[in-house]
Amino acid sequence: MKIRVKINGVTREDDVEPRLLLVHYLRELAGLTGTHIGCETSICGACTVLMNGAAVKSCTVLAVQADGSEITTIEGLSGRNGQLHPLQQGFWEEHGLQCGYCTPGMILAAHQLLSRNPHPSRAEIRKALEGNLCRCTGYQHIVKAVEWAAEKVRAQAEHA
Amino acid sequence: MSSKLLGERIKRKEDPRLIQGRSHYVDDIQLCGMLYLAFVRSPHAHAEIKAIHSEAAQKMPGVLAVYTGADLEGRLGLIPCAAGMEGLKVPPHPCLALRRVRYVGEPVAVVVASGRYQAVDAAAQVEVDYEPLPAITDLDKAVSSDSPVIHESLGDNIAFVAKLEGGDWKAVESDASLKVIRQRLVNQRLAPLSMETRGVVASYSPGEDTLTVWSSTQIPHLLKTQLAVMTGMDEARVRVIAPEVGGAFGSKLNVYAEEGVACFVSRQFGKPVKWIESRRENLMATIHGRDQIDDLEIYFRPDGKVMGLKCHILANLGAYHQLLTPAIPTLTALMILGCYNIPAVFVETKGVFTNTMSTDAYRGAGRPEATYIIERVMDMVARELNLDPVEVRLKNFPPPGKDIVLATGVSYDTANYQKTLKKVLTLSGYKKLRREQARLRKKGKYLGIGLSTYVEICAMGPSSRMPAGGWESGTVRVEPTGKVTVLSGTSPHGQGEETSFAQIVAEELGVPYDDVTVYHGDTNQVPMGIGTFGSRTTAVGGTAIYHAAQRIKKKMARLAAVKLGAKPSELVFRDGKIETEDGSKSVKFGEVVGEAYFAKQLPPGLAPGLVENYVFEPPNYTYPFGAHVAVVEIDNETGEVNLRNYFAVDDCGRILNPMLVDGQIHGGLAQGIGQALWEEHVYDENGQLLTGTLMDCAAPRAHQFCWFETANTETRTPVNPLGVKGVGEAGTIGSTPAIVNAVMDALRPLGVRHIDMPLKPEKIWQVLRGGSPQVV
Repeated sequence: MKIRVKINGVTREDDVEPRLLLVHYLRELAGLTGTHIGCETSICGACTVLMNGAAVKSCTVLAVQADGSEITTIEGLSGRNGQLHPLQQGFWEEHGLQCGYCTPGMILAAHQLLSRNPHPSRAEIRKALEGNLCRCTGYQHIVKAVEWAAEKVRAQAEHA
Repeated sequence: MSSKLLGERIKRKEDPRLIQGRSHYVDDIQLCGMLYLAFVRSPHAHAEIKAIHSEAAQKMPGVLAVYTGADLEGRLGLIPCAAGMEGLKVPPHPCLALRRVRYVGEPVAVVVASGRYQAVDAAAQVEVDYEPLPAITDLDKAVSSDSPVIHESLGDNIAFVAKLEGGDWKAVESDASLKVIRQRLVNQRLAPLSMETRGVVASYSPGEDTLTVWSSTQIPHLLKTQLAVMTGMDEARVRVIAPEVGGAFGSKLNVYAEEGVACFVSRQFGKPVKWIESRRENLMATIHGRDQIDDLEIYFRPDGKVMGLKCHILANLGAYHQLLTPAIPTLTALMILGCYNIPAVFVETKGVFTNTMSTDAYRGAGRPEATYIIERVMDMVARELNLDPVEVRLKNFPPPGKDIVLATGVSYDTANYQKTLKKVLTLSGYKKLRREQARLRKKGKYLGIGLSTYVEICAMGPSSRMPAGGWESGTVRVEPTGKVTVLSGTSPHGQGEETSFAQIVAEELGVPYDDVTVYHGDTNQVPMGIGTFGSRTTAVGGTAIYHAAQRIKKKMARLAAVKLGAKPSELVFRDGKIETEDGSKSVKFGEVVGEAYFAKQLPPGLAPGLVENYVFEPPNYTYPFGAHVAVVEIDNETGEVNLRNYFAVDDCGRILNPMLVDGQIHGGLAQGIGQALWEEHVYDENGQLLTGTLMDCAAPRAHQFCWFETANTETRTPVNPLGVKGVGEAGTIGSTPAIVNAVMDALRPLGVRHIDMPLKPEKIWQVLRGGSPQVV
């Protein structure tokens, strides 16, 4: 089936098998391997990307379901001149990652949280990330990373 | 030294590539003409293979071949076991099952196809005729004389019996004043569950006769040797690369069937071959951790002094030995006395085969079991005598000091268990918590306070006591431009040693942190090393690098001394210069580097260039310790345990980067708390895995944890010049008993001495209603 998808601002057209998973489409056809596969069953969240601004688990979305949509992956989060997104910066500042495998999904899930709630409490951050597993950090530094980013986004908004 | 880096909170060098999705894990490696593998696995725990029908699969689109165990016999070596204990029974362990399967998930055949989906489709079409046999999953039944035998050639299911004995048992047993507690503790099986599953890309190049293997592994060098042996290739022609590795926790400290098969297939076709483990495969066919039954006899005085500990360990090894399977429970015996001076000890460990996946190293690897035993012992003694658990611990600690030898024969490098305990009691407000508990008990509310004062064995280790060498290599190379390359034989996979190794070298050489680049994991780039496990990477690998940097300094100081007219011993390395302490004679670091490479006026006997390798052999293990306090509330209605507070004081020796240490502790706590409250990997009596998906196996999520309050004491080890002990496993080892002790403390008014982990609501709920804690 022919599909047309805008990924990180660039439109692609591909002819894909109807059963092709969005995550395999992104990784193997679009060559964007920053999106990871952790369970193939929507439980771990490693494959989280933004589809029309909403966080989805790309291992249980078919590529054909993404036809006509806009997808943002971790590779599309940095600014044009390579400057890091506040969430990326926050994860770096606060040691929000160790092996890095869950990180792209965590960052995109947190992205959705901040777009809906710019002032999340720690409990709200934990709740918003409960669909994303991390086995390395014990989550506390991830919570701090998201707090760091929320603060940065607020400061940028006030500055603007 | 003005450039103070060691001990500072320095951001990680690893992170920029990881937070932008620009790094490469195994599945991100794509090679031209790549073939894909899919394994056909046993649905039975124990069965004879009668026939394998692969004709239909062979005809499917894109399928190139299907191989079975018979096809590989004599052409691909067996899966190795490195543990070499006396009298150990080692059953043959082929990469694909031969004639019999012994656990659910055992690979039986492999499909080779040109596409990932095609390989999986075809694997589903391979039909295997099985004749099921009785499955053995229960340890007590497996050791009974009438049990079916899993490996018939071995006679029974007992792989080894090991004994550890120390102290004067006659005195203990004849002392009528001693009280005795007998208790069985079950340490349940767990899945390590790294977020990245296993995976391998093998690429054989027929023209060059070279095999390059990218594997998600903790031990690229050991894997290279083993794959050379298994394939029969000249080791010099095999290269293993551990690319970015998405977590491991011990589960990738191994040599697996799929790695061998991928190499075999790549050599058959002369093409690159990829296999990526699915999560379902990961849960059934990547090693599991723990799984012990520990029967205890505790002899103690009425004042709380423990005089003797006996333990009979039944250790579930699974169906075969993986790399270190039988060695893991022996660490339990070694560390069973924890940080207590108990004069008599007796441990008998039986390693038992069952129809389950192999157990092996999972974060802590034998030590969490030991700590769980001894920390539960302390609390059970306190409860029996109606003493505060703090008092019982203080009564049994050895005095602070060095080289403390216990009845097990273990010699602890440094000890100051009183100090960490005192600190955690202050941090947690222990006395206030006890007062709060008394108030709440009057209202019928269950608040529990749990202690754990642990010691662990780390920085593995002296080669004389390790199965495959315990040394480590480190190389420092100053490039002609003055930039510095560091090579380590270790293979970190999330711990952050690219950062801490750069801190060590930048501080020693007085060069900018950003000028230092650390590489590891590629056997063609890095001199032979051992790998990352046993909390050894910084303590052993970092020390090798430290020594290599000293050699570089010695050479550069000689060159600089000639230039400056000073003695080499007068010179210091700081701020990109080599100079006398007062700065009166000074030369730029880069200028001396130029001298070494241009080699125009080298002092006699000095070779050109600036590259030094050092192999560090640690004289002893290190023994980090700590004290944790957990505070839990029990929901009277549901039996749910709410983790309210967690306080951890850890002493991992000198701290090179407090941010990384905190990260290691937090992650360890999450896994240790997970075992206490939620996690278990369960087989039913037929050997079927009941926790085969992430939906079933209770990996903890962000909202299940409280805020961790952490602190440290720093008792430097004399075992290495950095004073570093290791911190990768401490959190896991220390936390499990603190939680269980807290829950049992909460339930004390109900008169229950012990409930086995995980402390799920259903068990607690039954106890709250006066029943026994059975799982429904």
